[in-house]
Amino acid sequence: MSEQTFTLDGQEIPFATGQSVMQAALSAGVFIPHLCYHPEFRPHGSCKLCTVKINGRPATSCTTPAAAGLEVESDTQEILDKRRTLLQMLLVEGNHFCPSCEKSGHCKLQALGYELGVMTPHFNHFYPDRPVDASHPDVLLDFNRCILCELCIRASAEVDGKNVFALAGRGIGKHLIVNAESGKLGDTDFALTDKAAQVCPVGVILAKRQGFAVPIGQRRFDAAPISAHVDEFRPVAPQAGGKP
Amino acid sequence: MSFDLETAHHPEQLRRVAIDPVSRVEGHGKVTLLLDEHNRVHQVRLHIVEFRGFEKFIQGRPYWEVPVMVQRLCGICPVSHHLAASKALDMIVGATRLTPTAEKIRRLMHYGQILQSHALHFFHLASPDLLFGFDADVAKRNVVGVVAAHPETAKKGVLLRKYGQEVIRMTAGKRVHGTGSIPGGVNKSLSAEERAALLKDAYQMVAWSREAVALARQLFEQNADVNSAFGRFDAHSMSLVRADGAMDLYHGGLRARDMKGGILFDHFDYSRYWDVIVEDVKPWSYMKFPFLRALGPDTGWYRVGPLARVANCDHIPTPLADKERATFMASPGAAGATLGYHWARMIEMLHAAESIKDLLHDDDLGGSDLVVTGERADRGVGVIEAPRGTLIHHYRVNENDEVTRANLIVSTTHNNQAMNEAIRQVARQHLDGQEITEGLLNHIEVAIRAFDPCLSCATHALGRMPLEVTIVSRDGTPIDRMFRDEHGRCSRA
Repeated sequence: MSEQTFTLDGQEIPFATGQSVMQAALSAGVFIPHLCYHPEFRPHGSCKLCTVKINGRPATSCTTPAAAGLEVESDTQEILDKRRTLLQMLLVEGNHFCPSCEKSGHCKLQALGYELGVMTPHFNHFYPDRPVDASHPDVLLDFNRCILCELCIRASAEVDGKNVFALAGRGIGKHLIVNAESGKLGDTDFALTDKAAQVCPVGVILAKRQGFAVPIGQRRFDAAPISAHVDEFRPVAPQAGGKP
Repeated sequence: MSFDLETAHHPEQLRRVAIDPVSRVEGHGKVTLLLDEHNRVHQVRLHIVEFRGFEKFIQGRPYWEVPVMVQRLCGICPVSHHLAASKALDMIVGATRLTPTAEKIRRLMHYGQILQSHALHFFHLASPDLLFGFDADVAKRNVVGVVAAHPETAKKGVLLRKYGQEVIRMTAGKRVHGTGSIPGGVNKSLSAEERAALLKDAYQMVAWSREAVALARQLFEQNADVNSAFGRFDAHSMSLVRADGAMDLYHGGLRARDMKGGILFDHFDYSRYWDVIVEDVKPWSYMKFPFLRALGPDTGWYRVGPLARVANCDHIPTPLADKERATFMASPGAAGATLGYHWARMIEMLHAAESIKDLLHDDDLGGSDLVVTGERADRGVGVIEAPRGTLIHHYRVNENDEVTRANLIVSTTHNNQAMNEAIRQVARQHLDGQEITEGLLNHIEVAIRAFDPCLSCATHALGRMPLEVTIVSRDGTPIDRMFRDEHGRCSRA
């Protein structure tokens, strides 16, 4: 049987049955910008950063099943402009102060900003008031940087079996909460070794007392842009794409 | 209590002249003068009009973020804040003694900072006044004029600063706002290649620093009587000194001398600085007025920085700088002169260059033992001799690792009253009874610049900041107005 393929910016991309467009692209070594996608979790389709045009219609590549003959556009001026705008909106919606953030150099949001050439926030900052939760002995929660990707929610529920995190509120009031009567992480059974402690793409869930231990020049995205890290995002095992 | 010329008795009857902003200093400040109809000076104040709020918004942040965040106070000497905060947090994490590698990397970073900051100030900011004269043509009296008239001097100044920035980059990760120092130590050591790259030019930096000391000395001594008297005032002084009394810009005990040179306190443990230093506030400035507790606010103010340090210590622990110190101390009037700051600053730059050269031969710089921790504490104080003087960082941290309180007493704050005294003295000496001119106003700025004040801002002007001075009669009618445009040209309305 011949290999199934679709085209991504004119390049033939092979795929296995059940893979999403995103998974197939990453498997082929082609990077599509993303934030809420993680190779170990079911796709979510919420950050919209991986939006591509499939046969001329916008769609999130992480949730769209690959199919033979699709014509996918990703690296076009129109799509890159929209991705930049999405990043700018994320950057002003929270409090992202890269200069003093310990996730700087390791942060996917920052790395994508560099990758896509976000030179200014463009929009007015919201400056939301989001207190830090430092109640846990080993982990700090800095909600200022949350982008609502739900990776910690998915990891805690699906891998750790703890359901420590959830989203509350609606619309612009939506925010990450901790499932404890007090609302404090220190009153949960969350542990630094939990999968949920490892998946935050930005600087919300942080191991305490580790900040800035890695020198500038040796941080994750210092040597090469995030698009050169495509191997880290390849699917780890065959998994079902499709519905979030 | 109000000092002479601090507050006029009847300000409503006086006209106001403002120097706003003061140029060729770090940050934003202004000077106001109140004059009567005979141009007699009744009030002189240096106002610091910035409000930064770092002490407040650091509250609630995790302590390990502090050294990186608070250094954003400044773009000129962020290393000083980076290190002072790190030293305070060393106490929080129980690191009572750093590893040799960590301490030497931090010292190297600090000497790089001293070198670049002092070079920046002397060559870029102060030399136009010193080389061309305080009331020289304003179009020439700037760093571009220095480059045109003294290209070799200017070039060496630029390269000295560049070298200091390279030292910082290799130890902190970036030339400005790096992350090298962390609570309990550092996050990197120096590779053999990095050491070799820095060593290649280290001896040249020592040689150029010696030339800079010679230039500063020559500029002072060629008109010693005038330079010694300019803005001169008697003051106590304070700095850190090493256990043997030597100059130590990174660590030591607090030593204060009275205005006659007698010891007020010595080797005082800075972790209880509040036993000897109190901060006063005035309604007309955002900058506080520290004073020595034992002497009170009226007579307890003091000066810090290069002039205080060079005179305060017993010797400098590098031979060339120590020799220059001996010459400086023997020069009549230099050690207490406001303009003596420049000479003392260059002696410190030489000390920094020598220290960098010596450290680069130390194999500990390449060690891998970078961080220590010990018994956790809830309070930490870090003190360092920043380029502009003694810098105090004080933090309280709760059991959740959040900062609950911060107090920063920066170098320029210590010098607040001293700078006000200097400009009042200049006003008495040069402005009182005179028609105000741009050149005379620059005399005020020259006195302020001698202290190399950092008005807590990452921007700095180079003598080209637009300025408007309006003299208003007592009935509110403008009677004289002078402008300085963005090109430094002065005109009268």
